[in-house]
Amino acid sequence: MNAVTGARPNGSDGRLPYLTVTGLEKRFGTFTALSDIDLEIRDGEFVCFLGPSGCGKTTLLRAIAGLDRQTRGTIIQAGRDISHLPPAQRDYGIVFQSYALFPNLTVAENIGYGLVNRRMDRRAIAARVEELLGLIGLLGSGPKYPAQLSGGQQQRVALARALATRPGLLLLDEPLSALDARVRLRLRGEIRDLQRRLGVTTIMVTHDQEEAISVADRIVVMNNGRIEQVASPETIYRSPSTLFVAGFVGTMNFLTGVRSAPGRVRLGAFDLRVPDDSAFASGQPCTACARPEDFIIRNVGHDTPNAIEATIEATEFLGAVVRARLKAPLLPQAPLVADFSLNAMTDLGLAPGRSVTVALPPERIRIFAGQPE
Amino acid sequence: MTEVTLGGRSRTVDREAWVLRLALALMLAVMLAAIVLPLWSILSKSFEDRAGAFVGFANYARFFGTPALADSILNSLFVAGLTTLIVVPLAFVYAYALTRTCVPGKGLLTGIALVPILSPSMLPAIALVYLFGNQGMIRGLLLGESIYGPIGIVMGQVFYCFPHAVLILTTALSLADARLYEAAAALGTSRRRVFLTVTLPSAKYGLASAGFVVFTLVMTDFGIPVVIGGRFNVLAIDVYKQVMGQQNFQMGAVVAVVLIVPALASFVVDRIVQRRQVALLGARSVPLVPQPKPARDWAMLGFCAVVGAAILGILGTAIFASLVKLWPYNLTLGFSNYVFDDFDSDGWASYFNSLKMAAGAAVVGTAFVFTGAYLVEKGKSAGAARALFHLLAMVPLAVPGLVLGLAYVFFFNAPGNPLGGLYGTMALLAVCTVAHFYTVAHLTATTALKQLDPEFEAVSASLQVPFWRTFLKVTVPVCLPSIINIAIYLFVNAMTTVSAVIFIYTAQTKLASVAIVNMNDSGAIAAAAAMAVVVTATSAGVKLAETLVSRVLLRRTQRWRQR
Repeated sequence: MNAVTGARPNGSDGRLPYLTVTGLEKRFGTFTALSDIDLEIRDGEFVCFLGPSGCGKTTLLRAIAGLDRQTRGTIIQAGRDISHLPPAQRDYGIVFQSYALFPNLTVAENIGYGLVNRRMDRRAIAARVEELLGLIGLLGSGPKYPAQLSGGQQQRVALARALATRPGLLLLDEPLSALDARVRLRLRGEIRDLQRRLGVTTIMVTHDQEEAISVADRIVVMNNGRIEQVASPETIYRSPSTLFVAGFVGTMNFLTGVRSAPGRVRLGAFDLRVPDDSAFASGQPCTACARPEDFIIRNVGHDTPNAIEATIEATEFLGAVVRARLKAPLLPQAPLVADFSLNAMTDLGLAPGRSVTVALPPERIRIFAGQPE
Repeated sequence: MTEVTLGGRSRTVDREAWVLRLALALMLAVMLAAIVLPLWSILSKSFEDRAGAFVGFANYARFFGTPALADSILNSLFVAGLTTLIVVPLAFVYAYALTRTCVPGKGLLTGIALVPILSPSMLPAIALVYLFGNQGMIRGLLLGESIYGPIGIVMGQVFYCFPHAVLILTTALSLADARLYEAAAALGTSRRRVFLTVTLPSAKYGLASAGFVVFTLVMTDFGIPVVIGGRFNVLAIDVYKQVMGQQNFQMGAVVAVVLIVPALASFVVDRIVQRRQVALLGARSVPLVPQPKPARDWAMLGFCAVVGAAILGILGTAIFASLVKLWPYNLTLGFSNYVFDDFDSDGWASYFNSLKMAAGAAVVGTAFVFTGAYLVEKGKSAGAARALFHLLAMVPLAVPGLVLGLAYVFFFNAPGNPLGGLYGTMALLAVCTVAHFYTVAHLTATTALKQLDPEFEAVSASLQVPFWRTFLKVTVPVCLPSIINIAIYLFVNAMTTVSAVIFIYTAQTKLASVAIVNMNDSGAIAAAAAMAVVVTATSAGVKLAETLVSRVLLRRTQRWRQR
């Protein structure tokens, strides 16, 4: 295999910044779609832009692609300032949600579309197309038209077309959201494998947190045109750095109160012990966050920290775990959501109506200033 | 494998963006010269005296102060209103039969309803002269009234406008949500009430649109009143008389500007209607499939058969008239009326001129229209220029052909105009025709382009393929059915139109439609009928060839549409 580009930095670990976005801002009239975007993506990395619709993730992707030029800021790709280059002079392949396959061209012609005007001879193109067809598992489908393929197959053809010219960067704009659930699961694994094998730096935009968590090396969580957190999926889940991230990724219990003393948050009539956080002032409103799986129910005594009396209001069977809605008299604001193993349910005879004592280990709690929206 | 050079590209200017901008600028300049400036010159002419000095509304005051001229406004309004009242209900029932009932032979009935579109508007008028004229075959049916005048005009216009109304109403009535009817039936609603509360309201925008379109067509048509109007003056004839007869260009300009008013009103209403109509049928609607009801279906078939027979009867009369040697004295059939050299100095030449002009308009016009629509739809930068182009493309729908033709005289014949060299050429006739029918062609192209994935251009840019390659390799092939439609539309209209070209033809560029008017004027009505039949046959032949050719062509080029 030949080198794909000469310009790509080739550090010993291959993890140097490949794409650097600095101070990016995008305005549509008076509406600010992106502001203060600073981001570094390493060579060979798989990064997901995750956020609710309208958060600016697609706008950021299109700015990197040069399709919607930013209002301010710079984008450096492989050491080259591409901030003001037209799309055709940048180096990336892109896959859209709609696939945008050319309907009147065959699968092979679609995949070879970008190769034709590169002074490659016809046999070299045919060989490359065949290689890509093999890569996406569609050998023999070359002469078919896109309409004759299933949605998943079409998506793979779009992927092959984007990869055909060996771009340094692969951009995926919600590539799986038009597919049904089963195909989506399979295809996201395939995309991940392919990306690992080719080592192409990849950015995928998605609104599906599960998808982002399962494929990304790092996730960029965005909200209201800003980056909330950039971290590995595990860090995003375990240590969200903002209240928004805490609420957007996974299920979260939000307990709002005020900081009463160091390591204490007052929730109505209940004093919650939290990891010491000296960044907060006494009397400051704050929110304590806990995941449903962080509640413990076995071996809880009255001296266990954060033991809470509650009644099981309802249960929801999720397979290996059961999600219970708990009503705690001391915490009247909202029901708590706690996950218990099926074993615990059986062993302790838990059922709606039962009174239980659960506890929240302080070290699992994260606290944030303010209240969730 | 060859080295793929990607890093070597320098930071050059965005060549493609400049190509796009340049193309848009050039095409805007053409639109300006072909539509805006001529209209401006006719508008300013209406405020000038013969010497070219500005006189304000003096010409208008004189126009409304001349009883004969002011009368023609009332006359025009009268025939337009009466025609609308007759055509719209007829077309509604016909369209209802085609869309909401199970009449047999829908394809044939649709085809028959559209026949008048293929003819110049003089054809029904000539046929009516043969039927009801002073020596007409069935003139007794008029109970002594003369066909020359409002009766003839209205009858001719009904024939001429019928297909336009049927097209609009068929579209409106086929947008039906079956769930509304199921809900009504489930609630035990009577059929009359269903019709009044579901069917009519859903078609009301279509009815309004059809009404305005028919009204405008009649107000601005020239071909029918020139043949059968007699001494009953209408506005369209006044323009012609003022300019060609009295060389009073200023007054001609005034009448032309007055003629724009109903067309403009109809245009505005139609825009509003179109916008509302879209919202009627949601994405989740279930299309209505008519159920057979023998009594209703047979009644509808009877109705359609009568209407269809009337249409074919008019056409048949024209064909018969063209074949009869000398009505009513010598009834031998033959082709002597087709030897046009015996009736008109240009003979068959004007027909071949028409063919040349129509072919040119179809080929060049379609290329221009489609490229323009592409720039408007798929361009990224220069948003204001694209919006302006789209706006200019809408203008011709609000401009009657007579007005545009006269505007071309004022603009291109003006001393000092650098484009003056075009005056009197075949090219200018083609430009005028394309400009006259621009809006529908533009909208057809826009609709086709809107159905393409908006990311095609982004994908080709990411693959470093220039946009023009994707335009030729993907956009044009995918839109080929619409492109053929546009070309045929322009061709047929170029063959049949008379109103715009009557002012700008010259001895060397006389067209078939003009020859029809001239021969009819000089009393050679059978030859005029013959020429009208030749034009109709040509349009029909092209239309038929289109159906056959596209079937073969589309099978070859649109194979990808099959699953």
